[in-house]
Amino acid sequence: MAAYRGHRTNPDKFEKGQIKIYIMILPMILLTGLPIIFIIFHAFKPMEELFAFPPKFITTNPTLDNFAKLAKASRSASIPLSKYVFNSVFITIVSVLASLLFSTMAAYALSKLKFKGRTMMMQINQIALMFVAVAVMIPRYLIVNKLGLIDTYLAEILPLIAVPVALFLVKGFVDQVPDSLIEAAYLDGASEWRIYTSIIIPLIKPAIATAAILVFQQVWTNIEYANYYINDDSLKSLAFYMNTLTSATTTNTVAGQGIAAAASLIMFLPNLILFCILQNSVMNTMATSGIK
Amino acid sequence: MFLPKAKVGARSHSNRAGYLFTGPYAILFIIFILAPVVTAIGLSFTNFNTIQTPKVVGFLNYINLITADDVFMKYVLPNTVKYALIVGLGGYALAFLLAWALSNLTKGPRTVFALILYSPSMTTGVAMAVLWKIMFTGDQTGYINSWLMDIGAIDEPIIWLSSSQYLLPIVIIIGLWSSMGIGFLSILAGLLNVDESLYEAAAIDGVKNRFQEMIYVTIPSMKPQMLFAAVMQIVGAFQNGTISTMLAGNPTPGYGAQLIVNHIEDYGFIRYEMGYAAAVSVVLLLIVQAFSVFFNRLFGNADE
Repeated sequence: MAAYRGHRTNPDKFEKGQIKIYIMILPMILLTGLPIIFIIFHAFKPMEELFAFPPKFITTNPTLDNFAKLAKASRSASIPLSKYVFNSVFITIVSVLASLLFSTMAAYALSKLKFKGRTMMMQINQIALMFVAVAVMIPRYLIVNKLGLIDTYLAEILPLIAVPVALFLVKGFVDQVPDSLIEAAYLDGASEWRIYTSIIIPLIKPAIATAAILVFQQVWTNIEYANYYINDDSLKSLAFYMNTLTSATTTNTVAGQGIAAAASLIMFLPNLILFCILQNSVMNTMATSGIK
Repeated sequence: MFLPKAKVGARSHSNRAGYLFTGPYAILFIIFILAPVVTAIGLSFTNFNTIQTPKVVGFLNYINLITADDVFMKYVLPNTVKYALIVGLGGYALAFLLAWALSNLTKGPRTVFALILYSPSMTTGVAMAVLWKIMFTGDQTGYINSWLMDIGAIDEPIIWLSSSQYLLPIVIIIGLWSSMGIGFLSILAGLLNVDESLYEAAAIDGVKNRFQEMIYVTIPSMKPQMLFAAVMQIVGAFQNGTISTMLAGNPTPGYGAQLIVNHIEDYGFIRYEMGYAAAVSVVLLLIVQAFSVFFNRLFGNADE
């Protein structure tokens, strides 16, 4: 009897048995990757290739024309592109930093401090993982309006700071910090703030990186807030501007397609680059991501 | 030794520190997550046109939703159920299978593949709506039409995005395409961290193949990740529902791809019937909750 010996996950080297898996997975990889590759090709297509019939997938003469046109389109508008870029960078940096600060602080307290209401807070946050923001767009609007935040940067920043998933993942990581470390610090007379800054933060860097990516993605690509909460065009985000540009010019004109593809690529690249840099930390965090 | 220890106990039981540290998050959470949900529930029992004060109407909105809203019953609900089953549950199964396959590869290719599979979920709707519009252009210059005509599958171009027949399948495909998000990463990480000795023990206990191994060893030892991924997958599926209006406007042609999220936008931001829209929102939140209860039963620990 040829005994089944149990397979090994995460093998160290290539084995014949893996060929089956490659065959199974490659079509999926191709299907998933093609649209992304398409948008890259499309963004660099010169006019005659955009017009080509039958349509061509691959760019033979890559050009930066579409990016130049994108810059030109914004120059003719009353608000320069640089203003939108500034808005988005500002909004993103403030939101991500505030979100990281608040969720790591809350995660530390929920994990390591004992206080009344702690369990309830954790349960509420766990239920809020299921929060579908689009479902409550309207009441959110009413609240933002009541608070007088319409037409301020705060309307694009504050609603995005509390991210239940981010707190959840960070807390899972803080749970792994041994209590003995914290007790030792107490004995040395360290304050809670000091423990938070010098013990917790350095030990949970992977979780912070993961939370940063998640929050960054939500803020960077968000258009709802700029759309519903902001009337003043000079305060709107780059994502919103790119979206108006693509919906106004695309589909009707072929020339617009190239500009739209360029705009999409510009919005997508920062996400991709950030993820590539931090992917090790993300996988590390996900290993502790379970709901217990 | 007794004195400092008691001090440690007292310090870690500090209510004040607990509230100071959770305060900033809690305040924003209450204002922008809890309060909107409570407001939605409250508004769902009223008639509110955004100008006059809301009038309490009891369960009228819910009754109307079930008995009088033909569009909801005939199109929105069936579309949403189909979408949630295929993109939510199907996407979840797909995420597990792909993650499982990847976990059997060496680190290099695995990382590259995981990145490719994850990348669509970074595009979140808007940025990529334009891409799909180009691909599905309704004449022979559209890529999909052109390819299908090349291989002889169709004779004349299909007007994809104005067709109530094809729109939902397109939205579902796009939903699946972008559904390998953090749920997928969580499953992959879970798979890579299953204790290897469990597999050896299981082999001795008579597990004969990889399928049995998956059912008896792998899944039970990563229940927490399975549950987290399930919740993320379902929420992601509904969150992504706005893609149909980006492709075809709101309402979608013939309500072909009208999902519950689009129905909310339709009543809330186009007709300004906020009370009714709020009732639909509550129904959506309940649907998501129901899925989560189901997965909790499936993966939650009975002894807890």
